[in-house]
Amino acid sequence: MSTENGSLFDLTIVEAGARLRSGETTAVELLEAVLDRAHRTEAQLHAYLTLDREGAREAAEQADTQLAGGNDLGPLHGIPMALKDNMCTRGLETTAASQILSGYHPPYDATVVSRLRSGGAVIVGKTNLDEFAMGSSTENSAYGPSFNPWDISRVPGGSSGGSAAAVSAGSAFAALGSDTGGSIRQPASLTGIVGLKPTYGTVSRYGLIAFASSLDQIGPLTRSVGDAALVLEAIWGHDPLDSTSYSGGYPDPSADLAKGVEGLRVGVVREFAGEGYEPAVEEATAKTLDALSGAGARVVEVSLPTVDIALSAYYLVAPAEASSNLARFDGIRYGLRVDGSTTEELMARTRAQGFGPEVTRRILLGTYALSAGYYDAFYGQAQRVRAALREEFDAAYGQVDVLVSPTSPTVAFRAGDKVDDPLSMYLTDICTNPLNLVGHPGISVPVGLDEQGLPVGFQVMAPALGETVMFQVAAEVERLAEFTQRPVLAEVAG
Amino acid sequence: MSWEPVIGIEVHAELATESKMFCGCAVSFGAEPNTHVCPTCLGLPGALPVANRRAIESIMAIGLALNCEVAERSVFHRKNYFYADLPKNYQISQFDVPVCHDGYLEVVVEGETRRIGIERAHMEEDTGKSTHIGLGGRIHAAESTLLDFNRSGVPLVEIVSKPDIRGAVEARAYAQELRSLVAELGVSDARLEEGSIRFDANVSVRPEGETALGTKVEIKNMNSFRSLERAVAYEIIRQIEVLESGGSLVQETRHWDEEAGVTHSMRVKEGSSDYRYFTEPDLVPMHLDREWVDRIRATIPELPAARRARFVDSGLDADQAAVLSDAAPALQDMFAAAVAAGAPARPTANWLTGEVIAWMRRSETSPEAIPLTGSQLAELVTMVEKGTVSSSAAKEVLEGVLAGEGDPGEVAAARDLLQISDDSALEAAVTEVLEQNPDAVTSYRSGETKVVGFLVGQVMRATGGKADPKRVNELLVETLGR
Repeated sequence: MSTENGSLFDLTIVEAGARLRSGETTAVELLEAVLDRAHRTEAQLHAYLTLDREGAREAAEQADTQLAGGNDLGPLHGIPMALKDNMCTRGLETTAASQILSGYHPPYDATVVSRLRSGGAVIVGKTNLDEFAMGSSTENSAYGPSFNPWDISRVPGGSSGGSAAAVSAGSAFAALGSDTGGSIRQPASLTGIVGLKPTYGTVSRYGLIAFASSLDQIGPLTRSVGDAALVLEAIWGHDPLDSTSYSGGYPDPSADLAKGVEGLRVGVVREFAGEGYEPAVEEATAKTLDALSGAGARVVEVSLPTVDIALSAYYLVAPAEASSNLARFDGIRYGLRVDGSTTEELMARTRAQGFGPEVTRRILLGTYALSAGYYDAFYGQAQRVRAALREEFDAAYGQVDVLVSPTSPTVAFRAGDKVDDPLSMYLTDICTNPLNLVGHPGISVPVGLDEQGLPVGFQVMAPALGETVMFQVAAEVERLAEFTQRPVLAEVAG
Repeated sequence: MSWEPVIGIEVHAELATESKMFCGCAVSFGAEPNTHVCPTCLGLPGALPVANRRAIESIMAIGLALNCEVAERSVFHRKNYFYADLPKNYQISQFDVPVCHDGYLEVVVEGETRRIGIERAHMEEDTGKSTHIGLGGRIHAAESTLLDFNRSGVPLVEIVSKPDIRGAVEARAYAQELRSLVAELGVSDARLEEGSIRFDANVSVRPEGETALGTKVEIKNMNSFRSLERAVAYEIIRQIEVLESGGSLVQETRHWDEEAGVTHSMRVKEGSSDYRYFTEPDLVPMHLDREWVDRIRATIPELPAARRARFVDSGLDADQAAVLSDAAPALQDMFAAAVAAGAPARPTANWLTGEVIAWMRRSETSPEAIPLTGSQLAELVTMVEKGTVSSSAAKEVLEGVLAGEGDPGEVAAARDLLQISDDSALEAAVTEVLEQNPDAVTSYRSGETKVVGFLVGQVMRATGGKADPKRVNELLVETLGR
C-alpha cells in the first residue's frame, strides 16, 4: 500500500474536506483516487456490485464548479461515497444482491440518496450485501461474496459487507449501510472502521428496499467517529414520505465530540461476554474499559437478562416482516420473470428461482410465524419480548449514560466457515440485534487488532435520541484506542 | 318447518378523495391506464405508505353517521395474499382495531322501522384492475392479462353489518339506505354501476326460534339493488331447499348470475383463509383525538332519515317523503319555500315530483336552473286547490311560468285559462247544451244516467275547457233532475 504523503483515498472526510476547501485537491482528484483504488482492489474484495464512473465523474466536476463558485453545500461536498445496493438510485441498477431484481433500475432516489446528492456528495457506486440484507458475511449475495481487506480469505461481515470493505480499503471515503440486526456495526467491527445505527425513525427508510420494516435503519460506515457524525447530520431528519420518521427535535451528534468522558456512567452489559466470545475480543473490550475508567468514566456492570432471548425474538420478528415485505417480488411488474402456465405458477417459479437459500429460509420461517394458530405463540410472543427488553434498557439508562459491549463476539471469520450453519451465523449478531428490537442507537468503534492482525470493534449504545452522549463516548474510545492501522492489501490491477 | 333467514351485508365504498389512500396520486376514474401511479401504489421496492388524512376524516364521518364509536387509537394491518392486481401482494387494511365500530342504521321496511347493527367500518386500499384478453375474458382461459393500477391504492371503506337482516327486501332497503347516506355525506360517488360502491351479502338460514347461526354463504357480483334483492331471495330459497331435502350447506362464496337468476359456487373456503394479518410496520398507530372527531361530527349534513322525518312533519306521507328525500336539494328547497308561502304540502310535493321533474327532464335543465320559485309553485298549487284553474289547465299555466311568461295568475289570465267559477255563466252553457242534445236528455231520463259524461264533455267544449268539470257535472244532474 502506498501511503507516502497520506494517500488521498485514505483520508477522513474531515481531512479531505479541508484539502478541498484550501484548494490542495479537487473533488475530481478525490474521485479518481477512489476509482483507481477500486480498480486495484475490486478483483480481491468485490466490494461493489455497480461502479457508476460516469455519473460520479459528472457529479465530481459539478462539485468542483460549485465550490469554485462559492457554493459550498456542506461537509460532504465533493466526497466520494458508496451506497449499499438496497437503496434505490434513480436510473442506476439496484438489486439488493438478489437475482430477482437483476436489471432493475428504480425510477426514483431514496430519501437518503437525495439528501447526499443535495449535500454535494459524489455517489461512486452500489456495494455488495447479503441478498436483501439477510446475512452476516456478505456471502449470501447472488453476485458472489465480498472479502475482508485485512485478510482476503475472510469475510467482511454483513450484511453491509461491501460498504465496509470499500470504506476500509479506501475505495470510498464513506458509505451508507442498513442495519436490521447489526448489519452496519458488525461489518464495521470486522473491517476496522466505524459503523453507526442511528435511533429508529431518525433516518428515512423511503427508498430502502425493506427487509424488516420495524428494525431496518440506515446509517454510515466511516473511517472516523467524527466522519460518522457528519454523514449522520447530512442524512437524518424528518421525512414526510416515511410515516415512521421522527418529527420532533433532533440532537446534535457533534456537540460533545471533544468533551471526554469525565463523570459519565458507562454500563458494561454482563450478558455480552463469556461462552462464544473470543479471548482477543474480551481482552480488547477490557482494555477499552480500563482506558475509559482512566479517562474519568465510572464503569459499572449492568444486567439485561432478556438479551439472552433477544436473538430468538429477532428471528421471529425479522423473518415475519420479511415474508410480507418480499411478497411483492413476483415477476409481474419488474425484475426477474420465469414464465408459467398460470399467474400462480409464474409467481411461484419466479420466486423459487429468484431468491437464494437464506432468503427462502427466512420467508418460510416468517410465513410460518405469522400463520393462523401460531401467530400468538411466535410473532405475538416476540413482540412481548421486545416490550420487556425495552423496559430493561430503559431501567438501565436510569442508572448509566451509555451501555457498552463488544460489537461482535468474534473477529472476521473465514469465508465458507459458517455458510452451512445458519445458527452460528445468526449468533454473530448477538450483541447488536437487541438494539434493533428496542430502536436505540449503537456505534461500533475499532479498538485494536488481535494477534492475527484482525480488527476488533467496541460498541457504544445510548437511549433513543441519545446520539450526543453516544458520540461523546465513541469519540473518547477512538482517541484512547489510537487505532490508526489501515489494512495492507496487495493491489492487483483489476 | 319454518325458516328464518339471517343476512349480513358488507359494503365497500370508494372514497372520492383527491388523492389515493397512501400516496399523492390522483383518484381518477376512466383515465388512460397506469397514468395515475407512483412507486407507492405500484408497490415498487423501497416505497412507503403515508396515510391520507382526508380519507380518515371521511371514514369518521361515515362512522358517526352510522352511530358508531370512533376508536381513539386505530391501527393498520397487512392482509397477505398473492394476486396479480395487488402490487405488494398484501393489502393495507385493518384487523382488530378498526376506525369505527358498534353502530346502527335504521331502515323502513313496509312501514316498519328496523334497526340494523353495524359491526365495524374500516379503512383499506383498493387493488388494481385486471382485464383478461382472449377466450371469453375468463381468467383461466385468457391468453393474456392487462393490469391497470390507476385504482390501486384508492381509499376504500368497508362497512360490515351485524347479521341483523331478516329478508331480501330488508337487505335491499339496508343497502339503499346506506348508499344514500354515504352519498349524502359527499365522501363517495356511491355509484353502483361504476363500482364505486359494492355490496356483498352473507346469507344463512336457521329454523325459526333457533339462536345458533347456520352455515354462511357469501354472495358476490350484485350490480344493482334489484339484483341484490333477487340474489338474496334466491339464495334463501336455495338454502332452505337444500336443507329440507336432507342436504347440508358448505361455507363458500357464490356468484350471482343476473341473467340466469341463480347463484353459482365460486370457491369453497378452506376453513378460514389465512391472510397472516399483522400490524403494518410502515404506518404508526393513528390517534383520533376527540376534538378532531367533534370537528368531523359538526360537518355531517342532515341525513336521509332525518330529512324524511322532517318532510313527514310538514305533512307528507312516508312514500312522498322518501321520493322527495331522494330528489335534488334544489327541489327540496323549492318544496320548503312553497310550503312556507302557504301551499299545502301533499299537492305541492306531487306537483314537484311529477310535473316539475318531468319538465326538468324533458328540457334537460339542472335542478338548480329550474325557472320556478317556491312562491310561484305555491301560487299555482293554491289556484288548483281553490278551483281557480282546473288541473289540466294548471299544467299549461306551469308551462307558461317555466317559459318565463310571468307568475301563475298572470299566465292563467293571459292564456285565458281561469275557470268559470260563476254558476250563472255555467248554467247558461248547461241549458244551451241540453237544448242542443234532446236525445241525450231523453236517454238520461229513461235511466241511462251515464250519458251525463257525454254532456259534461259538451259543456266543457262550449266553455273552452275553462269550466270546473265537477261543478258542471253537479249542475247537469241538478238540471236534469228537475
